[in-house]
Amino acid sequence: MSLSDEQVRHVARLARIALTDEEVAGLASQLSDILAYAEQVGEVAAGDVVPTSHPYPLAGVARADAPGPSLGQDEALANAPAVEDGRFRVPRIVGEEA
Amino acid sequence: MSSAYEAVIGLEVHVELGTRTKMFCGCPTDFGGEPNTKTCAVCTGQPGSLPVPNAAAIEAAISLGLALACEVAPRSQFHRKNYFYPDMPKNYQISQYDVPICADGHLDVAVDGTSRRIGITRVHMEEDTGKSLHVGGTGRIAGADHSLIDYNRAGIPLLEIVSEPDVRGPEEARAYLAELRGIVRALGISDAKLEEGSMRCDANVSVRRRGDEAFGTRVEVKNMNSLRSLQRAVAHEIERQGALLDAGEAVTQETRHWDEDAGRTSTLRAKEEVFDYRYFPDPDLVPVTPERADVERLAAALPELPAQMRARLTGGLGLSDEAAVTLVDAGLVVVLDEAVAAGAEPAAAAKWLANEVLSWCREADVDPAGVPLAGDALAELVDLVARGTLSTKLAREVLVGVLEGEGRPGEVAKARGLEQVSDEGELVTLVDEAIAADPAAAEKVRGGNDKAIGALVGAVMKASRGQANPQRVNELLRERLTS
Repeated sequence: MSLSDEQVRHVARLARIALTDEEVAGLASQLSDILAYAEQVGEVAAGDVVPTSHPYPLAGVARADAPGPSLGQDEALANAPAVEDGRFRVPRIVGEEA
Repeated sequence: MSSAYEAVIGLEVHVELGTRTKMFCGCPTDFGGEPNTKTCAVCTGQPGSLPVPNAAAIEAAISLGLALACEVAPRSQFHRKNYFYPDMPKNYQISQYDVPICADGHLDVAVDGTSRRIGITRVHMEEDTGKSLHVGGTGRIAGADHSLIDYNRAGIPLLEIVSEPDVRGPEEARAYLAELRGIVRALGISDAKLEEGSMRCDANVSVRRRGDEAFGTRVEVKNMNSLRSLQRAVAHEIERQGALLDAGEAVTQETRHWDEDAGRTSTLRAKEEVFDYRYFPDPDLVPVTPERADVERLAAALPELPAQMRARLTGGLGLSDEAAVTLVDAGLVVVLDEAVAAGAEPAAAAKWLANEVLSWCREADVDPAGVPLAGDALAELVDLVARGTLSTKLAREVLVGVLEGEGRPGEVAKARGLEQVSDEGELVTLVDEAIAADPAAAEKVRGGNDKAIGALVGAVMKASRGQANPQRVNELLRERLTS
């Protein structure tokens, strides 16, 4: 399967990545190669193999509803670019209205 | 809106679970506290951290699914829902996508005595987001200067309950939400408070020409935080879409915000396609595979649900439909059951609960489900009225005393001096005094004018400062004047 430039722009938009026209063309071919590589799985996997979401034969793992330690406020905010009143300060949110 | 249209409504309800810890980590879920003091490497999405699902949240999801007659999936999966918004520190929310833990159930709801079955598409598990504070402007995102985020709530377990588009009107939407809330509360998995956000409801509303099979364009309406607000918002939206169609215009697919004060909806954002969230299986989380035996154990442990309670109240206890609905919705059935067990007559106990107790709760701003009234205290009150020790009027005052923690009904009546004069000797003295004080009235009664007895009863009641039993006074007067 090969990706069109338009599909690459759509994916870039979803990921909020700005691309030049040259980058779009380059990525279209590179991503198509990756998809083609992954498609080889379809050639070897028979129809009776269910899609696998997880590489390990593990299921039904859960933990008891028992509290554990949390980070302190200072520690939680330690790597924040900006802090105000004990909260993460983020720039104005655009593209959404509420 | 002209009646040529029919509304098609589906509801999406989120319930914040009352577990002790978050969905995928051990951070506490209790309300309040300083911002960003209940987070850890997992719920802030630090590289290398590993989420592990909360067993209690999984059980709550299964219990709710069973209560809604759903199938429980032997194997379901968590997905990442990717989006750009700072309310999740990970840039994605862990949710369930193609295989939810529970699916294909139903809920029967009644409007004006007519019951309809609403399909339940799915019940799935996900995590709550952080709380944003928008600084500058009006406090909404638009016009704000910047935003502040508290991640204490990020990661708290949520159940999302999605209905089929089977709801046909505002009243039915309200009834559905009320019934679902009752079930969630009966299960004890959440306090399910719409006003405080531990239960939230979005409505997908469309209208179509009556008789049409195809659905109209769907609009999602958000921000309804009470049953009444849901009913109003849905009614408004149906009206708005009908008016558009009447005018030959098209309904735009979008998300709209309900403004409770203005009583109308306004555009929030154009609908993002489902595809845009780029769901994919969370590689950090293995499939959820409840054991058959655990599902059976949870099914056997389901408590009495609201519909069953109402049936028992109207059937076995002989209450009216209205009383049953009121008591079940208010969460007062436990008190009623205790009172009946303590010997109270069901109808009398129910009447006190539905009228006096509920109105006291409203005034005192107390959640009726937690009313400080023991069932046997209510039984005692009902008994004091039945034996004539308290008039209904005095009993109301005694009840207030009991609710305000002054003691048991008998003690409150004594302490507040509210007991009716039941001392026969004292009553006889008062009756004789009243006859002596108004010989004209006494003569009329002796002469067969029955109405004249009212003046004498009134005089005795006045002399006893309202504490005599009027019925007994009447009897004593007749004994004196007709023999």
